[in-house]
Order: sequence, then C-alpha cells, then structure tokens
Amino acid sequence: MAGPVDLKDIFFVEADELLSALEEGLRAIQTGAQEADTVNAVFRAVHSIKGGAGAFDLKALVGFAHRFETVLDALRAGQLQPEAALLGALLHASDHLADMISASRQGTNTDPELDERVIMALEAQAGGGGHKEEEAFVFEPLALDGPFGMEFSPMPLVSGRRSVMLTFRPHAGSFASGHDPALLMRDFCAEDEVEVDLDLSALPEAGNFDPGQSYLGWTVAMQTERSDKDLLAIFEFIEGSCDLTLVSDTSMAPAPSRDPPPPGGRSPATAPPPVAAPSVPASPKPPAVAPAAAVPPPPAGAASAAGPRPTIRVDIDRVDRLVDILGELVIHQAMLTEAIEQSPGFGSVEVDRSLDQLRQLSRQIQESVMAIRAQPVKPLFDRMHRIVREASMAAGKSARLVTEGEGTEVDKTIIERLADPLTHMIRNSVDHGLEKPARRDEIGKPNEGVIKLAAAHRSGRIVITVQDDGAGIDRDKVRLIAIEKGLISATAELSPQEIDALLFLPGFSTATEVSALSGRGVGMDVVRSEIAGLGGRVGIASVRGQGTTLTISLPLTLAVLDGMVFEAAGQTLVLPVSTIIETLRPEASMRHNLGQTDSVLDVRGRCLPLIDVGMALGFRRSLKPGEGEIVVVVERGDEGAIALMVDGIRDQRQVVIKGLEANYGQIPGIAAATVLGDGSVALILDPTDLAATGPIPARPVVSLAAE
Amino acid sequence: MRASGFATDPDIRELVAFRTAGQDFCIDILSVREIRGWSRPALLPHAPTYVQGVINLRGAVVPILDLARRLGLEPIEDTDRNVIIVAAIQNRTVGLLVEAVTDILTVPASGVQPTPDLASETTRNMLRGVVVQDSRLIRLLDVAQLLPQADDVAA
Repeated sequence: MAGPVDLKDIFFVEADELLSALEEGLRAIQTGAQEADTVNAVFRAVHSIKGGAGAFDLKALVGFAHRFETVLDALRAGQLQPEAALLGALLHASDHLADMISASRQGTNTDPELDERVIMALEAQAGGGGHKEEEAFVFEPLALDGPFGMEFSPMPLVSGRRSVMLTFRPHAGSFASGHDPALLMRDFCAEDEVEVDLDLSALPEAGNFDPGQSYLGWTVAMQTERSDKDLLAIFEFIEGSCDLTLVSDTSMAPAPSRDPPPPGGRSPATAPPPVAAPSVPASPKPPAVAPAAAVPPPPAGAASAAGPRPTIRVDIDRVDRLVDILGELVIHQAMLTEAIEQSPGFGSVEVDRSLDQLRQLSRQIQESVMAIRAQPVKPLFDRMHRIVREASMAAGKSARLVTEGEGTEVDKTIIERLADPLTHMIRNSVDHGLEKPARRDEIGKPNEGVIKLAAAHRSGRIVITVQDDGAGIDRDKVRLIAIEKGLISATAELSPQEIDALLFLPGFSTATEVSALSGRGVGMDVVRSEIAGLGGRVGIASVRGQGTTLTISLPLTLAVLDGMVFEAAGQTLVLPVSTIIETLRPEASMRHNLGQTDSVLDVRGRCLPLIDVGMALGFRRSLKPGEGEIVVVVERGDEGAIALMVDGIRDQRQVVIKGLEANYGQIPGIAAATVLGDGSVALILDPTDLAATGPIPARPVVSLAAE
Repeated sequence: MRASGFATDPDIRELVAFRTAGQDFCIDILSVREIRGWSRPALLPHAPTYVQGVINLRGAVVPILDLARRLGLEPIEDTDRNVIIVAAIQNRTVGLLVEAVTDILTVPASGVQPTPDLASETTRNMLRGVVVQDSRLIRLLDVAQLLPQADDVAA
C-alpha cells in the first residue's frame, strides 16, 4: 500500500489531467463542437477533483469545486444555457481551480477572498441562485431514452422512507481497476436497514473456479430516506464495469440503469411506455430485475473514443535510470567492439555477426526507451490556451489559439523545459504581434486574432511554430530602436532577415509602451538561450501586414545522437552527424586568406568561413604540417554553413550525451560530452555556437605528461 | 565500532590529508567520494588554467582541478603517480588532482585552529583553518571555495 504522500502525488497528477479535460471540454462547448457527453465530462472532472480534494482534506478546494460543480450541474440539466458570458466565467473558474490546485500542491492556499470573488462571479452569471430546489417530479419514461444513463430525473422526495431494491453485479474488469464491491456495498447499506440476497447462481464448481472472474451478484432491499441520485452516486466510479439497477417503490418505475441498456434489450423492464402517463403510480410492479444480460461497455461516444489504451504510471526517475544504464551499455558495447577488433579472433564470421546483432539490439532498446520518454506535446499546448486567454484580456485584444499536431511526441525533458520559452513566445505574439481590435477592424481583418501553434517532426527534429495573423515586424521601427539602443551602427545596412534577428538581441524591446506581459526587454533573447540550451534553434519570419512566424527546431531526444568522432589538436571530439553536409580534403588553391588571420574556403563556388577547430577552442595557436588538412562542412541553420578544419576523422557512431552542466557548467561552442569506447571523454561540438563565439585567444594549455 | 562511535560524536572530525606542491592539506572525509589513479582528461576550452579537463567516472563526466594551481601555487608536476580525490561539493562531483594522499586524521573540533592572519587573502579564502599534527601544519580546505566560480568559467 502506498503511503499517504504517494497517494497525494497521484491525486495531483490526476488533477492535472482532469483540469485539462475540464478546460478542453469547456473550449469544445465554446466553439460549439461539443458532443452529447461533453457537459457530463466537464462535470465529472470537477466532481472527481472535489472527491480527491475531500480525501486529502483540502477544504478550500472542496468548497470551491462544490459550488463550481453546482453551476455545471445546472448546465447539464439544461437549466442554464452555455452563453458566452457564462462560458467566460466557467473558464475563469477553471483557471482559478488550477491555481488552487497548484497552490495546494505546494502546501499553500490561494487568497480566500479571490476564491470567493471568482466563484461569486460564476454564480452571478449562472443566475444568482446556486442549485435550485429539486423540482416536482413528473414521471416521464422518455427520460430513459438518453444514450447515456447519466441523466436520471430526481425521484419524488416523499417524506419519510421508501423502499428501494438494488441489484448489483460487478464485471470481472472492475476488480482490475481496483474496485472493491465490499466497500461499495458498505457505503450503500451504511445508514439503513437492509436485506441482502447473495446470488451464487453463476458460481462454478470448485475445480473451474477462476479467481480473476466475477461470479457474485447481490440484491439489496432497503428502506431509506436517501434519494436515488445519492444512492447511485456511490456507484459512480464503477459505472461501466458492472450491471446495476435501482428500483424504488414509490413509483416502482425502474430507475435507469447506469449502463447503457443493451441494444434492443431495454423494453422488458419498462414495458410499453404508459400512454396516459402522469397518473400511473399504482401500476403493477415491473419485475425488479435488471436487464440482466451482460451489458456491453458503453458504445464509444463518437469516432473519438475507442476506449483508453491500458497505461501505467512510472516514476520518471526509473526511466531516467534506465536511460543511464542504457548509456553504459552503449559505451561498453563500443569498448567490447574495440577490444575484439584488436584481438586475434577478429575476422571470424560468427563474431562479426554477433557484434552486428548486438549493435542492432542495443539500438532497438535505445529506441524503445526513448519512446517511453517521448510524450505528446498536447498537455503543453493545452496550457497555452490559458496563456492566450489571459494575455489577450490583459492587452485588451481578442485572440484565439489554434493548435495543430498535438500528437507529436517529444522527449519529456524537452517538453518540460519548453514551457517557459513557449509561454513567452505566445505572450509576445498576443502582445506585440496582434493589432488592437480597432485597428484590425480598420484594415478589414476579423476582430479576433488567431495564434497558431503547431508541432511536427521534420527530418529527425521536431519543429514547433508559433504563428500570428498580426501586423508583422515593423522593420524600420526595429532598425531605429536598435540604432537608438546602440545595438547596431546608424550606417549599418541590414537585410530583412538580419533586422528580424535583432529581436533576439539582449535588451531589445519594440513595444513603445511597456506592458505587464512582455516588453521588458528580457524576452526573446532569453527564449533563444533557453532553446539553445536544449540543442535547438529559433528562427523568425515575418510578412508585413500578414503576421509573424516563430520557428523552434529541436532535437528529438537529449540522450543520444549520431556523432562523427574526429581528432583536432591531439583531442578527440565529436560533431553531430545531423549538422554535417560533407567532408573533403581541400586543395591549397581552394583556400583564400581574408585579412590577416581569417580565411575562407571556396567549395564549388561557395565561399565558407574556414575555422580550425583546435584554434577556435584554444587548444593550439598554429597549424603544423599535416594538421587541419581535412575539412568538415557543417550546417548552422539560418546562419549558413561553415568549414571546420580537423586533423583526422576516426569513426561514426552513436554517442551517449553527458551533460557538462551538472558538474561544471556551460561552455560556448560545446554542446555536451560523451564517453568513448576506450572509456575516455570526448566533447561534442556545437557548430552554431562555435562560430558565433569566433576565434578565441588561445589559453595556456596545461601540458600533460607525455605517455 | 570505533568508526561509528566517532561518526556520531559531533566534536570529532575525520579528515583526509594529502600533499601537493610541497604542502599538506586536508578535507573533511564526508565530502570525499573516492580516491583513484590519474587518467588522461579531455581538455575543456575556455576553462580556467587550474581546470585540467574532464574524465569519465563510471559514466559521469567529472572535471579535474589541479589543486596546487587552484591555490595559486606551482602547478602540479605531471606524473602518473598523482592521484585524484573525487569529492562531492554542493551537488557537484569534482576531482582534485594531488600528489599523494598521506593520512586519515581524526581530530577533535578544538584541534582545528583558525587560519593565521598572516595568510594572503586568496589563501585564507580557501582555508577553513589549520591542524597541527606531529609538528606538521595541515591546511583544512573549504571545498566550496574550490569550485570554478561563475566568472571563471564564463571567461
């Protein structure tokens, strides 16, 4: 049994999921895309949060959720119409609920006055009255016709007790999800006198007994004051994995089963619908037996729900541990290969084949483990809806977020570290990208701005774009500001791309008025460095009057990469294969000096900056004959290619990425480190950064003992 | 028995003593993870001179500091007899390259004297105090000060 702390963690994890279901449902209602079950799903989400919060005695949360739920209940009962104002209040309440939950997670509370204000605002929208009194009940068999058994009209609240009869038969599947019939029955019977009849008819011979099956059913007759609704609520969570009927005596109409009736099999219990409906209380008792046939699982709401695939929750630390061990495995596999290649046995077909198979297997394990870490970006994208809502409200603009490719999977670590930069980019788009509504009217754009957030896989990387349909970048203004702030000289001639790139410079802000959201000048440069920290790049493109597109390109994983192992200045280094365009051994005639120290390499008519890796890293001051004779041309994204001089190329292989930050710190030009087959460490170059830092004065190299 | 007796006594400290650049130093045994032989580090670009590079310690990449140079003394002579003291300092793991580990000292808290005023500013910042034992002066290092400081690394 997990300790209470673990359970609480689980509650918070589930609460997050419920919150996103809640928000998604509300959005669906807002856009009119709701299905029959949407309102119910929204209600259930809040209800489950309330239940969980109650278990951990989070009183403020329970109180808030309860009143929230009351409004939603009215909505689902059709007493309220989902108008824009009400939905706004509902969304606001759901945002606040998220805040309360995250406060509870940190062991604090939100301001009770604020709680009250938010919920009051919601209740005011809902028409001032919390829940209305249960209305007088008119028996309408039609109530049974809903495709889902969720809506059961309240039974008449006759003063005093009434008899009810329950039949309950859990399915085998309910045990697998942890339901204990004993607890449910205890709750059901708690307050009242009962007569229980155990149905053993399905119990097989001892020899055929399968402990995984469900053989028991119960029939409970009871006198109670509780309403059918309360009684059925006890079984709410086992819904769908049991046969359940509740029949009460006052009208003796069978309460609808919680399960959808079996197709065509509903009529026996209800008999022909009484034509002269209202006055039938004295009609003969219908058989108090449920439509007993095994009830199939609820038909999928629409095409969408084919039933959730079974999943397990795993502590991320365990997966990380697996990744670590895997890294060791890859290293030792490389060591083994190296040792075998040097041994006399090398060359035999069997050894070769086994090594090959080992290599393939370890690559497969790697891919599988990476797949475990991969998560869809949907939860991240879902969070951005709120950002757009709040940012547009604060900026006095109207904006809508459209997402695309939410199913795209990325390493969990990347998703986590993407939240902040993405939030900032979205805020920026709302704040700086979109025009004010009045201005949009003037130029004939729809009042509501659209921010499009999309994710896609592209050639081994993930590409995320944030696109707005706003004014685009005012390049003249950007240029003026950059001159004003001394970022560029007044005479500098810049291409449009270069001007756009100015936005990423530290200390740049175009908003003439600084807003609370963004525009404090700590924006895009921070975004860029955070993305760079993930091994990614940010690009910007803009069309005047049509909008701006920010593009983030990221590696799929932070754990392994295909690397080219090479030598420079006596050091073994690694370049990511994905960045390499070609390798060549240039003729002297291809090389041209430029100024005193710089030189370029003419590769088929394309002049590329030529940089010696050893010198750029400060490992040597000059080249001896035989050094730097091989050139690797690498891609640097938007900044074009460069030619790197190296001494020799050794190998191409998968390398495990080991961060330097943990024990040392970030180094410009170095993405990370790795461990090679011989157990030594090699640094992984970041070509983008390498060129950006330019040649660096050589440091006095610590001379190491010559072996 | 003896070890556990000392471990629970807050007044008794166990220190790992070592030599480098002709001087004796020690650090608290609790920050020492292991002691291992020298292996060739991979150079780090843009690193302060006392950072020799990084080595692989069972899959973790660990920077190696030349302790003598870190303290402003003559750089360590390169021989493969040197040893690396792997220490955990503020959630980081670093290797301190020294000439030799000499002793494990057990001293009462009163045995650690404050650093004499004579010491230069740099030295004094790195020391927590001194221990005199058998007519040897052993300098107790403040390990947290040994880490490359932020401005050193950025270079």
